[in-house]
Amino acid sequence: MTTSAIEDLLRELTPQVLGALIRRHGQFEACEDAVQEAVLAASVQWPAEGLPDNPRGWLVTVASRRLIDQLRSDHARRERESATAAEVVPEDVPDTDDTLVLLFLCCHPILTAASQTALTLRAVGGLTTAEIARAFLVPEATMAARISRAKQRIKAAGSSFSLPEGPEREERLRVVLHVLYLIFNEGYTASSGHELHRSDLAREAIRLARMVHAQLPEDGEVTGLLALMLLTDARRQARTTETGDLIPLDEQDRTKWDRGLIDEGTELVKASLAGPALGPYQLQAAIAATHADAATAEETDWPQVHALYLILERIAPNPMVTLNRAIALAEVEGPAAGLALLSTLDGDERMAGHHRLLSVRAHLLEKTGDPAGAYEHYRRAAKSTASLAEQRYLESRASRIKP
Amino acid sequence: MKFLISLHINPAVLDALTDEEKAAIGEGHGRFMEALKESGELITTQALVDPSQAAVVSVRNGQPVVTDGPFLEAKEYLGGFYLIDCENKERAIELATQIPDTAIQGLGVEVRQVMFADGQLEA
Repeated sequence: MTTSAIEDLLRELTPQVLGALIRRHGQFEACEDAVQEAVLAASVQWPAEGLPDNPRGWLVTVASRRLIDQLRSDHARRERESATAAEVVPEDVPDTDDTLVLLFLCCHPILTAASQTALTLRAVGGLTTAEIARAFLVPEATMAARISRAKQRIKAAGSSFSLPEGPEREERLRVVLHVLYLIFNEGYTASSGHELHRSDLAREAIRLARMVHAQLPEDGEVTGLLALMLLTDARRQARTTETGDLIPLDEQDRTKWDRGLIDEGTELVKASLAGPALGPYQLQAAIAATHADAATAEETDWPQVHALYLILERIAPNPMVTLNRAIALAEVEGPAAGLALLSTLDGDERMAGHHRLLSVRAHLLEKTGDPAGAYEHYRRAAKSTASLAEQRYLESRASRIKP
Repeated sequence: MKFLISLHINPAVLDALTDEEKAAIGEGHGRFMEALKESGELITTQALVDPSQAAVVSVRNGQPVVTDGPFLEAKEYLGGFYLIDCENKERAIELATQIPDTAIQGLGVEVRQVMFADGQLEA
């Protein structure tokens, strides 16, 4: 087995082993340390000595021993812990995969989204603190403090290691999906200079979404999110120039789109749309699939895109959705109709001075033949964005039509 | 999201403070740094010497010219900064309000999002 195959296997097994340990002992933090040590031992021993017969059992055993050692060395608690330790050493490894439970624990609502994201990548993704820190461009000490605090807060909240029941479970699953979506976007959004680490994050988000989908294949939104990620990721090669400049959707070379990912994503969308209820991820995936369906930008089925945004706007009203619908409406009924819809957003506090509103208005003004107005809005949009790639793109649009 | 919280000080205002007030500012910053480290939101913080110690550097015809600073003709100068990584702009502003300087007329605290970063992360 190659080293990278072993790494993949370890990444897959880590959350399962951690889940098994937490189920037995509780103590998220201590279990996590023990599992990290076991994984480290495996990454040294397995390439040299070959895979054990039961890699998961091996990891559980080694991690349990480390945990017991750690607990024994804790003088203050010696008696209580040795009692626990006596009952541990596993005879057999339970077959249940606790990864989903672990994911739900990491996405505990008591944590901020930033902490949920970091803890998920660490405990479920099996990334090291250093890797996570690099991906988010913060010092390792900063990320270590954030993860350790997240673990303490979960401990303090006293949550049990089990899947929540009923509506709470549904609600928590939405948080899990949101966290995976955040991880994906962090990896997908172009950022100058550090692309490598970032695309790792997108891949990791897709891997985790696949894992959740494998366990909850009937959930339409889980399917929808996975499809949305695959369909979005399919455009990666086409959406920036070699120097990292953004290429808008209608100018992308569609032969560079990954057909394999598109086919897989489209199949998933179709399957999920047949289900009973429609959610925002499914609709966004359906929109992405509609775009993917067109061989050229001109062939895009804009009436369908517009119809999907209309439904999305109804079930999950949000100014950003209205903004996107305005783009589709402009394609169907002309730029004036798009501009009219945009004007309904002017009173919305969340959108005031937002670079997306400014840049879409600039784009539509350009189409109506108002270069002066378009220039002004492109410039304002460029000043409002926090992304260098986007700023360069908006500046270039502005200079193209400079009056 | 990364934000730079820059601290604009007015040396005249700072000089006019009592020793107790100066000490209170120092303690306030100490507490603020501890809290930021614990929450995992601090990337780094640096304080700058008094603007009167600044050197203004220019190169004319290939020759360096160094004069006493400060360069800006202003009442307020950059006294230091916090570089933080937090959830969103609202949180950055909430953190900034905990800085003791915000309670003093003549000292300014400004929050701006970071757009590009490079260099070693092990601050």
